Amino acid sequence: MWLFNSSVGRKFVMSITGACLALFLLFHATMNLVAIISEDGYNMICEFLGANWYALVGTLGLAFLAVVHILYAFVLSIINYRARGKERYAVSSRANNVEWSSMNMLVLGFIILAGIVLHLCNFWAKMQLVEILGQEPANGVELIKYTFAQWYFFVPYLLWFVALWYHLTHGIWSAMQTLGWSNNIWLPRIKCISNIIATIIVLMFLVVLVYYFVAGNCCAATCAAI
Amino acid sequence: MDKTINITLKVWRQAGPKAKGHFETYKLNNISTDSSFLEMLDVLNEQLISEKKEPVVFDHDCREGICGMCSLYINGHPHGPDSAVTTCQLHMRRFHDGETITVEPWRSNAFPVIKDLMVDRRAYDKIMQAGGFVSVNTGGVPDANAIPISKKNADEAMDNASCIGCGACAAACKNGSAMLFVAAKVSQLALLPQGKVEAASRVKAMLGKMDELGFGNCTNTGACAAECPKCVPLSAIARLNREFICAKFKD
Amino acid sequence: MATKKETTEKATPKKVDAPKQMQTEKIDAKIPEGPLAEKWTNYKAHQKLVNPANKRKLDIIVVGTGLAGASAAASLAEMGFNVLSFCIQDSPRRAHSIAAQGGINAAKNYQNDGDSVYRLFYDTIKGGDYRAREANVYRLAEVSNNIIDQCVAQGVPFAREYGGLLDNRSFGGAQVSRTFYAKGQTGQQLLLGAYSALSRQIGKGKVKMYSRYEMLDIVVIEGRARGIIARNLVTGRIERFFAHAVVIGTGGYGNTFFLSTNAMASNGSAAMQAYRKGAYFSNPCYAQIHPTCIPVHGAFQSKLTLMSESLRNDGRIWVPKKLEDAKALQAGKLKGRDIPEEDRDYYLERRYPAFGNLVPRDVASRAAKERCDAGFGVNATGLAVFLDFSDAIKRLGKDVVAQKYGNLFQMYEKIVDENPYEDPMMIFPAIHYTMGGIWVDYELMTSVKGLFCIGEANFSDHGANRLGASALMQGLADGYFVLPYTIQNYLADQITVPRMSTDLPEFEEAEKGVKDKIAKLMSIQGNRSVDSIHRELGLIMWDFVGMGRTKAGLETAIKKIDEIRKEFWSNVFIPGTADDLNVELEKALRLADFIEIGQLMARDALMREESCGGHFREEYQTPEGEALRQDDKFSFASCWKFTGDGKEPVMLKEPLDYEFTERKTRNYKN
Repeated sequence: MWLFNSSVGRKFVMSITGACLALFLLFHATMNLVAIISEDGYNMICEFLGANWYALVGTLGLAFLAVVHILYAFVLSIINYRARGKERYAVSSRANNVEWSSMNMLVLGFIILAGIVLHLCNFWAKMQLVEILGQEPANGVELIKYTFAQWYFFVPYLLWFVALWYHLTHGIWSAMQTLGWSNNIWLPRIKCISNIIATIIVLMFLVVLVYYFVAGNCCAATCAAI
Repeated sequence: MDKTINITLKVWRQAGPKAKGHFETYKLNNISTDSSFLEMLDVLNEQLISEKKEPVVFDHDCREGICGMCSLYINGHPHGPDSAVTTCQLHMRRFHDGETITVEPWRSNAFPVIKDLMVDRRAYDKIMQAGGFVSVNTGGVPDANAIPISKKNADEAMDNASCIGCGACAAACKNGSAMLFVAAKVSQLALLPQGKVEAASRVKAMLGKMDELGFGNCTNTGACAAECPKCVPLSAIARLNREFICAKFKD
Repeated sequence: MATKKETTEKATPKKVDAPKQMQTEKIDAKIPEGPLAEKWTNYKAHQKLVNPANKRKLDIIVVGTGLAGASAAASLAEMGFNVLSFCIQDSPRRAHSIAAQGGINAAKNYQNDGDSVYRLFYDTIKGGDYRAREANVYRLAEVSNNIIDQCVAQGVPFAREYGGLLDNRSFGGAQVSRTFYAKGQTGQQLLLGAYSALSRQIGKGKVKMYSRYEMLDIVVIEGRARGIIARNLVTGRIERFFAHAVVIGTGGYGNTFFLSTNAMASNGSAAMQAYRKGAYFSNPCYAQIHPTCIPVHGAFQSKLTLMSESLRNDGRIWVPKKLEDAKALQAGKLKGRDIPEEDRDYYLERRYPAFGNLVPRDVASRAAKERCDAGFGVNATGLAVFLDFSDAIKRLGKDVVAQKYGNLFQMYEKIVDENPYEDPMMIFPAIHYTMGGIWVDYELMTSVKGLFCIGEANFSDHGANRLGASALMQGLADGYFVLPYTIQNYLADQITVPRMSTDLPEFEEAEKGVKDKIAKLMSIQGNRSVDSIHRELGLIMWDFVGMGRTKAGLETAIKKIDEIRKEFWSNVFIPGTADDLNVELEKALRLADFIEIGQLMARDALMREESCGGHFREEYQTPEGEALRQDDKFSFASCWKFTGDGKEPVMLKEPLDYEFTERKTRNYKN
């Protein structure tokens, strides 16, 4: 099967899964924004995406994409490590035009994976999972308010988003390049597009995070002062 | 004109493919900045021979940047720190007095070391043998002007065809991938009507061979194109991907 | 064996006490009968062919993978022969044909400027100063068009015009635009085309490729070439290979001069082994000096870099008119652009108004030497002239110039560290190509049966001087369109000859000879490096056998080369061992042959008491300093026959009859 046997096939799978995950992120980030605008609206979405069949299918699909993306990342990394040969260069330096992120996608991936685990424990376990188990899910907005106000959650989330930004800036254009949607003229353009999309996604996440951190801490401080 | 520098060289010495290699340090004085990097190595070798020692083995031939024979990973860059040149075109004026220069062979699983700085790059030939050609026999071909080709395509084909097969792309790649090399040939021939006919089978055969020979997967770091002495563009890889994916979907 | 009835030509030389020029054997070039334009057609119509089933039973060794070698190996394999291909580099694609920049000639007349097969033939004959074989040159011109078709079909990205058709440029020695090009990398693209065809056959298993192998001897059995002895350059092992025929396509011997535009590993050794086995070495003194090379800049220099002759299309060559300006330039006080227009001497345009900067290479080179000898040189060594693009940039704009010559300008800037868009380039002549080589007949067979020689390694088609963009044409013509036909005429008789064992005494003897020679070299353990002796040889060659040659100088050269030979065989030092990768040993083996070639060149130049093409004897020139041919005495190709180590070779003559062209004095003035 060429999707597993050939190098381009493997990269094709990485690209498609990566691109789908990026689309999900875009959706997720948009959803999060709603929490700032309207708390009721956000809770409505949470309810809508509870333990319904379509939400479950979506979740399973998402999990599948993530697992495939991660598994392929490992397979690719192992093959590439071997291809490099046993001896390593004593001196190596990055050429111009080579992004730092492109050389460190696996490391960034690890950080993101750790972030996902944290995130699932924080939210998914208390919302969709409990609902699946037949219990009452937590209130989405309240959960956000609580979690993001804690500095020991805030800082890992911040790091997570930074890693995500780096991962996406390379990942999006790289996916397009792998799918063949690039040429001499479009290469700089897709790199630019990639940066814009990555920034939008991460910015949306960041706004919600910072909003609730500031709101939680400053308001508490203000209240205490009064 | 007659500027000279003193340098320290750290050169990889390895007696044979299976021998254990190590760095050897040499000091060279009064190297003219007008000399090329390989001429500097000639001076080193003359010095070694005068001391009745074995000279450093390195590949080189045309010394004008076109045969692709010279290699060398110099101070962390294939073909040295200058851009768009091969090692034989790298001049000592790029280095400063007192500098320590580290010289290593290409390092890639598919390019085993033969001796010192010389590596075996026949893997590239094998990829070419798998499909890097148009299947025409000598004679019985149409007139050269029978099929007009747009200047744009001809020029782009030429840019891709300028690959010299030196191996710098795989040497620069952290994944040991030969994608730029394969992409250059696939793109050149896919852009021309003569090569278009068997484009699908070509791309499958060449990529298959590349994978089989133990080259890595491309992760689009772009180091290959950045270090390519002939500036083969990264877009070639996109075309290769496109050709391959389309070919597979057609199957 | 089927070859018993053949008269055996002994590989070991007989004692020769006879006068040097006695014609002991008749030289038959086997030129077909009939009018010039029909000779090749007639030949092909009547030659013997080998049927497909028999081709499978025949093995052919092709040594060298340049344009000629690669195209021949590929074409022969396509036909069904089993081919063994050898090259000294790691890949067939490295051969030095790759470095040709300018282009390839063909008589397509796409530009509608009056070109024709006859005109290409005529220009080549005239450019070669009437020292080439008419029939060969006509055939070359005839097949030139097929080459372009073939290359385009292979996917060679020749330059095109906006309408999608092929573009042409003009080149030295011609009044039409007939040169096809691929940027400044035509040789590379043509070689990669031939290499791709060869690769296809290697993939199919029809060609067995031996890279990093160097041929060290030819095995002759009962007067026929039947194989080679080669050294595996990686392991140092000496190996034997059998074939029904052997083809040598190993290029020229320009590196005899140490500094040349050839690649570092280019050598004349394969040709020299052929010579030692009885093949005539023809016209060794015809060496081409290319006018547009980057000047020498230091004692450490390892090679000279050529700038494509195409630069002369738009560049104008000049030196200062005033000696004091030249002095200032040499002292570095002035730059080329500082000298006003009226003080510049565009000496080629002045001397040759009709061809101007596009005179043939030998003429341009000598003119540069003449100016520099008179003290008008423009760099520190006084050995350089200007090649100026300021007019072209004014006329066409910088972008157009950059598009045409950008990569050459870039190359120049990298080497010299000066910007040629602003300061005029500096150029000087350098050894570039050797027209002489192994003598071959019309079928490209040497005087040893079954031993063929193609491309620059043979002597045939360029006469005393080669025109620009003709080397690529000849290499590919030989490889694609001539040898694959003519070799069958020989092999048709060989179909009953079974593959021979490489244990035959002839193989054993040849291998022993090679091993003894290597052992001898390794045992010297002297004090000189190979390169230091080679440099010394090169200087003698450049001083006495270079652009201007004299009787006294050539006699000196022969004596001095004797001394070098003695020094080499008694004082060379080769580190390492013979049964390992040993670059110094490789170089020593080649230098041993360069010394012999150098002396042969000097001998030939001394014998040829005339000036023609690349051979300029100062005693024979017109009052204006132009070459003066002596057609009544020297209208022949010299054929040197090896008579044994340490003995003077014998010279035979192949008379050159001009049936179809009238011999004229070359005139590029009007």
